[in-house]
Amino acid sequence: MKGFDYSRAEAVTHAAEQAREGARLIAGGTNLLDLMKLEIERPDALVDINRLELGGIERTEGGLRIGALVSNSACAADERIRRDYPILARAILAGATFQLRNKATTGGNLCQRTRCYYFYNRDQPCNKREPGTGCGAIGGVNRIHAILGASEACIATYPGDMAVALAALDASVEVSGRDGSARMIPVRAFHRLPGDHPERDNVLEAGEVITAVVLPEPVGGTQIYRKVRDRSSYAFALVSVACVIAMEEGRIGRASLAFGGLAHKPWHDPGVEELLVGNEPSDALFDKAADVLLAEAKGQGANDFKIPMTRRVLKGVLREATGRAV
Amino acid sequence: MTSVYTMDEPDERNRLDAMAQGVIGKPLDRLEGPLKVSGKATYAAEYRIPNCVEGVLVTATIARGQVTAIDDEAVLQMPGVIAVLSDDRMTARAAQGGAGKSPVRKVRDVQYYGQPVALVVAKTFEQARHAAKHLRIRYREEPDPLVDPEDERATFEPFEDPTVQGDLDQAMDAAAHAVDVVYTTEGHNSAAMEPHASIAEWDGKTLTLHSSLQMLRFNRKELADALGLDADNVRLASPYVGGGFGSKLGISPEGAAASVAAITLKRPVRVVLLRQQVFQCIMRRSETRQRLRLAADAEGRLIGFGHEAWVSNLPEEEFAEPVLQASEFLYPGDDRKLDLEVTRIHRVTAGSVRAPGEAVGMQALEGAMDELALAMEIDPVELRLRNIPERHPTLDIPYSSRKLEECLRKGAERFDWDGADRTPCKKREGDWWIGTGMATATRVHNLNKAEARVTFRADGSVEVASDMTDIGTGTYTVLQQIAAEMLGVDPGRVEVHLGDTDFPPGSGSGGSWGAASTGSAVFQACEGIRSKLAAKLGCAEDELTLKDGHAVTGNRRIAIADLLGDEALTEHARFKPGKITEAFAAAMYGAFFAEVAVNVYSGEVRVRRFTGAFSMGRVLNAKTATSQCMGGMVWGIGSALTEELAFDQRDGHIVNPDLAEYHVPVNLDVPHLDVLLVEERDPAGSPLQAKGVGELGICGAAGAIANAIHHACGVRVRSFPITPDKVLAGLPEV
Repeated sequence: MKGFDYSRAEAVTHAAEQAREGARLIAGGTNLLDLMKLEIERPDALVDINRLELGGIERTEGGLRIGALVSNSACAADERIRRDYPILARAILAGATFQLRNKATTGGNLCQRTRCYYFYNRDQPCNKREPGTGCGAIGGVNRIHAILGASEACIATYPGDMAVALAALDASVEVSGRDGSARMIPVRAFHRLPGDHPERDNVLEAGEVITAVVLPEPVGGTQIYRKVRDRSSYAFALVSVACVIAMEEGRIGRASLAFGGLAHKPWHDPGVEELLVGNEPSDALFDKAADVLLAEAKGQGANDFKIPMTRRVLKGVLREATGRAV
Repeated sequence: MTSVYTMDEPDERNRLDAMAQGVIGKPLDRLEGPLKVSGKATYAAEYRIPNCVEGVLVTATIARGQVTAIDDEAVLQMPGVIAVLSDDRMTARAAQGGAGKSPVRKVRDVQYYGQPVALVVAKTFEQARHAAKHLRIRYREEPDPLVDPEDERATFEPFEDPTVQGDLDQAMDAAAHAVDVVYTTEGHNSAAMEPHASIAEWDGKTLTLHSSLQMLRFNRKELADALGLDADNVRLASPYVGGGFGSKLGISPEGAAASVAAITLKRPVRVVLLRQQVFQCIMRRSETRQRLRLAADAEGRLIGFGHEAWVSNLPEEEFAEPVLQASEFLYPGDDRKLDLEVTRIHRVTAGSVRAPGEAVGMQALEGAMDELALAMEIDPVELRLRNIPERHPTLDIPYSSRKLEECLRKGAERFDWDGADRTPCKKREGDWWIGTGMATATRVHNLNKAEARVTFRADGSVEVASDMTDIGTGTYTVLQQIAAEMLGVDPGRVEVHLGDTDFPPGSGSGGSWGAASTGSAVFQACEGIRSKLAAKLGCAEDELTLKDGHAVTGNRRIAIADLLGDEALTEHARFKPGKITEAFAAAMYGAFFAEVAVNVYSGEVRVRRFTGAFSMGRVLNAKTATSQCMGGMVWGIGSALTEELAFDQRDGHIVNPDLAEYHVPVNLDVPHLDVLLVEERDPAGSPLQAKGVGELGICGAAGAIANAIHHACGVRVRSFPITPDKVLAGLPEV
């Protein structure tokens, strides 16, 4: 681990001021500390934000505001979240372990970094870790890698579960800038596609601090988070589907879907939802939804299976959500 | 004086059953358990030694080439850094189990990606690790090294003389039913919880190493050879070992590196492998490709049996995954071909990992047997029952005690096995196909020479000492029970001291031989003490009953302490497996029964029920034996479903060298494990009538799961681990 300065932020503006180039904010540290030990992250300063008053889950007009420092365990256990946003609780509980969820925070979880094997190995090329060095995963071991939205520079995936559910719920990230100004970033626009700059996971600007995640009004409907993984716990998603569907008079009244394990960000495709809404559920319709979702999908060899896996799992989820389970 | 027991014949005396204390076989808690759960058992890296500094290994980032320079100037300027060492006394590989001599030492001659090439020593661990990451190594790289056994340039050579008997091709042609299939398994890592760790101390003459090792008697010689020291000047201490699973059979690179640093710097040095290094530079289980040919007559009796396997290792290594070990003796078939071939590639050393041989050989064989049963439309249990040979099919020697049939029948009954209709896709619950499968378990019984010292102290307490290790298996406790039973004292009156080369050389832990081998040395020493006590009483040894601290013969009963007076009795005994190992085919047996669920959409597999019935000779401690079997079954789940070392085919590096991405089973993957111990005494197994238990629970376990997957959903996956993508490829459209 490289030596670093440590300071404790007493106010959000204070944290933002200290969050200069080369510094990292630390909350739970469940990902950052591992990466620092491996010297994949080499901050020269850590700004500890755990004393900031960013805990607590509050009502807003119609929705909920989850403080950035609310632990994953607390968030998943909150009565209002379990009742009105069950997909969020389920997604959180599908991730990591008890111990990690106790420590990991809402804001930190959004910022967790990819699990790409080549990103984790300093002796291998990785454009995300060291821009310009190339991508080891292309032509390497890429079973867990992206099938959508990848670039020639990077085929890594965003590994989390919570953000996939937040994308389906169309939640927003509340961010405080260095000058104290606040802005809202839709979760669907928070993470980036890799393009030519895979070193940037998300759209946060230097000095910006995540202060909360804001959930819109409860949407009701049937909410499913389906995560496919290599073992029952403590494994990242091969494919995950977050699905919120409300039926109206035998037709799909509302549909909101997001996908994990497929891309550099929680994947959201409005075309899929447009296709579903207003129609009577049927296997033919679900197949078409999968066609739309996967139209541009491209495997890298070892991850080709994610294409049929996504298709099948999406179909299963849609059957269940629309009451057509077989 | 040392008494010697050379086991040339079965020991029919069955002495333990004639003893009176009644503690042998009892499910006693592990005696060191409270120390371990309260953090008071000191593991190798945990000694607080004044003036100790910290070393971190630097490993190669190429698969093949020469180190031409180590630019250490910048690193030596870094905070806390004391030295950078790259010395030919350091070891470039882990030693194979039982090597007794140094492994390859030339650390600057790089033979695999991840090979240790240097050691950075600093005041703190963090400083050393940081400096190690920044040490610049220059290489002359050899182009296109062979790193992949699938590479078309890879050539395979027979590892040993194949077993060829009759004409297998002809038997396959003549068979009423035949199976000819290829199974593959991927590389495994031992994944012990405690990483390899050593603290070396040098007093100018003697090197003391606190380390985490399985076989001190051999490890001492290995380290002495590496360092150019006399073995008498090397002392090893491993009283507690946080799991070995084969990876600590031989010395590993951190031990020699810490020693070289301690000698060079004249101060204690600690080196702990990073988790990634445990994967990169210790031992892998080789991947395997296995062709199985089973030829059966109309009644399902095997007339031909073929098992060929292809594995890999580094150049010069004298080990090849012994895939065919069980196939030599388990099933009949006059026409046989068993052939093990190895190719030399530049990947980390292949060596012993959890039941080398049977762990992967049995899961493939038992998959093929299931395919044969299916082809014949008979109960797979019945197929096994029809194929229990009378004598070893090649060596024509008898089997020692073998309870395979009892295990199959009792296990089936316990599981409520229904083998009548094995048609797949018959049972579904929601989105899950449900199926059952079974497999035979077997593992060769190994014995090793061992010494132990037992002292009956004047106060009536007992001390047992050996350099035998307890790698988490319960050795302390079973040796305590043997001594308590033989000498008629409460187990609480027996102190057991292990894991130090200052004690007599035990068998070490490995190959499931520890309890039967070192236990027999303890037994022999106790017999010697009993003889001396009998002499004091003027009776024959077998007329002496020892119980609750008293000696009884005829109508006399006398407290041991009174009998001993002020004199302690000490016996030093040596146990040697003699002709017995050639006279019988000795093995442990069992049967697995598994129920799985397979998701119709994703191909995910979950094990729902898992029963194992096992026979291993005398059970020395029902609790630790059961736990050993459970542990094996857990690893069986890993081998079946999740465990896989993934290598980059371009440079041979392991891409998943940590426990986040190398998937061992987690709690949620493991259902309630139902273990049934089938009572047995094997006079040819050891003087204790005991055999080995440690590895049996994995040997075939993954086959039962694979067979259950087929029964559930009709997909036969012959490539382990059976990850969702492989199942999915065979599932019908949804």
